Amino acid sequence: MKARVIVTLKGGVLDPQGKAIEGALKSLGVEGVASVRQGKVFDVEIDAADRQAASARLGEACEKLLANMIVENYSVEFV
Amino acid sequence: MRAAVILFPGSNREGDVARALHQANGVKPAIVWHDERELPARTDLVVLPGGFSYGDYLRCGAIAARVRIMDAVRAHADRGGLVLGVCNGFQILCEGGLLPGVLMRNADLRFICRMQHLRVENNETRFSQAYAKGQVVKVAIAHGEGNYVADATTIATLEDGGRVAFRYCDAKGRLGEGANPNGSINDIAGIYNEGFNVLGLMPHPENLIDPLVGGIDGRGLFASLMAA
Repeated sequence: MKARVIVTLKGGVLDPQGKAIEGALKSLGVEGVASVRQGKVFDVEIDAADRQAASARLGEACEKLLANMIVENYSVEFV
Repeated sequence: MRAAVILFPGSNREGDVARALHQANGVKPAIVWHDERELPARTDLVVLPGGFSYGDYLRCGAIAARVRIMDAVRAHADRGGLVLGVCNGFQILCEGGLLPGVLMRNADLRFICRMQHLRVENNETRFSQAYAKGQVVKVAIAHGEGNYVADATTIATLEDGGRVAFRYCDAKGRLGEGANPNGSINDIAGIYNEGFNVLGLMPHPENLIDPLVGGIDGRGLFASLMAA
């Protein structure tokens, strides 16, 4: 099945890249942008009995590698 | 002192650190490929060199921290063996959990490559005994992700335990905004683990061992290790 893993910075962790993108959007005249935080998306094809099993395995993937749990959170979606 | 330098795909400072070890020790270190299972017998010191292991993919040091040889490095550290991580090596140690915290993108988003002064915060370790406490040394920095971040509890633990190895400073040893190149909390340039047998630092002492290239302030670290 196909899953999407989303890794984002935890609240309170400074994100200079997000800040720079935010500034660029403002200078391009995109209205109403209050703030930008940058994250990562991983589209994963995974074999598992069901979504619950896949979700557990992807959680393991995040904890072991995809996210640095000191500064990042993750979530899993199925598409 | 038997030293082993771990070579990851994308490491590029292994020659520099091998030269510094050779100069201090009179013996060339072993170069160990990342896919090995074991360190050479009776290794005293493991060095994770600078560079861009695995192209900095995912996060700097994230993939290198999880390859096979790192199990052996972790076991070596658990036995009290010495481990030195320079620049990308520091990032690998943090990613691998041998040191706390994480190295984030530099606050100004720029890759910084220049000379930098450091203050020796603790000269009572096997990495720093050849320096004086508070000594200001000039070494090189070259990194894009050197902004040391950790939670407040971790920072307090590091500070209270004397585990901050070096801080960024100016030529007179003063700390402060202008002297901090990357936004690191408390101007932290390098830290020790709890047992003081693992050191990670962003600057490159191995590049300042020959007057020909602008100074020899980096020699103290390698001299310390050889006396250890």
